[in-house]
Amino acid sequence: MSSTTIQAIFDDDDVLLSAVKDLKAADYHIEEIFTPFPVHGLDKAAGLKNTRIAITSFIYGLIGLAFATWMMNFMMVADWPQNIGGKPSFSFAENMPAFVPIMFELTVFFAAHLMVITFYMRSKLWPFKKAENPDVRTTDDHFLLEVSTINDVKTLENLLKDMGAKEIKTKA
Amino acid sequence: MYSFSKKLKLSAIIFMITGVLGIAYGFYSAPSTIADVQEIMMHQENGHSEAQVSNTNEHIEKGEEANNEHNNENEHLTHALHALQNRPYSAVFIAMFFFFMIALGTLVFYAIQYASQAGWSIVLFRVMEGITAYLLPGSLFILAFLIISAANGHHYYVWMTPDFYNPQSEHYDEILVGKSWWLNTPFWMIRSFIYLLGWNFYRYYAVKKSLAQDASKDLTYYKKSMKASIYFLIFFFVTESMMSWDWIMSLTPHWQSTLFGWYVFSSMFVSAITVIAMVTIYLRSRGFLPKVNDSHLHDLAKFMFGFSIFWTYLWFSQFMLIWYANMPEETAYFIPRLLGNYQLLFIGMLLPNFVFPILVLMNSDYKRIPWFIISTGIIILIGHYVDIFVMITPATVGDHWNIGIPEIGSILFFLGLFIYVVFTALTKSPLLVKGNPFLKESEHFHY
Repeated sequence: MSSTTIQAIFDDDDVLLSAVKDLKAADYHIEEIFTPFPVHGLDKAAGLKNTRIAITSFIYGLIGLAFATWMMNFMMVADWPQNIGGKPSFSFAENMPAFVPIMFELTVFFAAHLMVITFYMRSKLWPFKKAENPDVRTTDDHFLLEVSTINDVKTLENLLKDMGAKEIKTKA
Repeated sequence: MYSFSKKLKLSAIIFMITGVLGIAYGFYSAPSTIADVQEIMMHQENGHSEAQVSNTNEHIEKGEEANNEHNNENEHLTHALHALQNRPYSAVFIAMFFFFMIALGTLVFYAIQYASQAGWSIVLFRVMEGITAYLLPGSLFILAFLIISAANGHHYYVWMTPDFYNPQSEHYDEILVGKSWWLNTPFWMIRSFIYLLGWNFYRYYAVKKSLAQDASKDLTYYKKSMKASIYFLIFFFVTESMMSWDWIMSLTPHWQSTLFGWYVFSSMFVSAITVIAMVTIYLRSRGFLPKVNDSHLHDLAKFMFGFSIFWTYLWFSQFMLIWYANMPEETAYFIPRLLGNYQLLFIGMLLPNFVFPILVLMNSDYKRIPWFIISTGIIILIGHYVDIFVMITPATVGDHWNIGIPEIGSILFFLGLFIYVVFTALTKSPLLVKGNPFLKESEHFHY
């Protein structure tokens, strides 16, 4: 038996939030929610897991730090240790204060850019991507909730109406 | 209302008594004549094979005060005598300043909360007011210390030595003469008095208005507090900078750094926020702060994290600019710290003040766990004690430093006094303010 997906349109984020909570309580499966702006607390209500993007960023930062350290050590100490203005290029530690600005900036550079790229990849965003919003109004002032059910479709439609949905469509 | 627990009161009193004994021992064991110094040096030279190394550093450092060529044995011993006599004074000054700056930093944090109309911190106002109660006794101790210095009871502030200003003397010092329009004892005392008076006045006024607001039906007193906070912040940031020149930077009167005031401030501010968090967690664990939730702790821990990094930024900026250009008159300050026998403390304090907070407090979940905040807090406070120690000791005690009975005694005494004063003040008024327009927001604050 295949499941049916129903799209319900709301015009208020508070109503949407309470509808999501009630649907969760009634054990319905929420496929997707489209909103024109971030609704505070929606991820918690929908039961989404916490993002791990901060952890990836920390790791990328460490990679950047390691890269900067390796690069400065190779260039300034190992490969061609010149006397430049009397700076002690005998070992990395002795000349380290001069490398710190670069180490810092590369840490931030790696952490920031690789995290953003990770975000694009995980959320499947790229310049010529086809937009996925099911109703153009969801980018302006409407909220859309997709719920799937294998049981009685009529019951779910009535339930959504009671929760304050303005429009209900069955997904083609 | 908070009631001072018997156990805490007793331990504060025990700390104070042990501390006084430690301080007294420090003064008692300091040498009074050159003969005593000779005896101490004999002991040290038997124990340390690196005496040669430390002597070289001392010469470099001494270059400021005496002409290197004419350095005979006697002058060397006199120098050592002064350093050893300075040690108990230095120990007292560091601990005294450390706890004073916690109270002062808390006052600044409090004023910033008012001036920025922060909505989260209202439930912590009484905790902050309690901590700043230490400002007055702390100021009195500082004032007494400065008066003793000015009366030349010891060799603490070298620029006070009259020889430097006497053209007939072999110690005549043109650089100090050039600075004497600012760095002279009467003006220095007047300035210090004005700073202390200004800060204490704001504290008195703000707490008075805060209590008056409790009983008031409108916002008159809140508005007055807010205005006073803005004027205090302007006054503070000017006087704090001058205070750091006068009390700390003038210990090395040939050296100057433009960001020194900010550097001292960053150390002060992060210690103060840490203490606010620790006192809050303590009071909450005893059930006295029902309105404080994990989000308030989270915010305090974020401030601890952020200002630890701010401190590191200033520490490094001051060091790196001087290291990079390596101009002799500036580098002299960092020779004993980077290459001399303060190396371990100077570089090692990055661990408690930077590496540890950044690794422990980076995770958002850890910032809500009280024992994480407390243990990081203790490490941060130890780190900033070392920071003040490294600012002051190389100039006053030089190579004869040690963390022994005088230092630990001073810490214990001022810690006991701090706990006693702060927790006594907390019993004086209810732990939740009333009538603040942001109170509701603060009670429901969540992150």
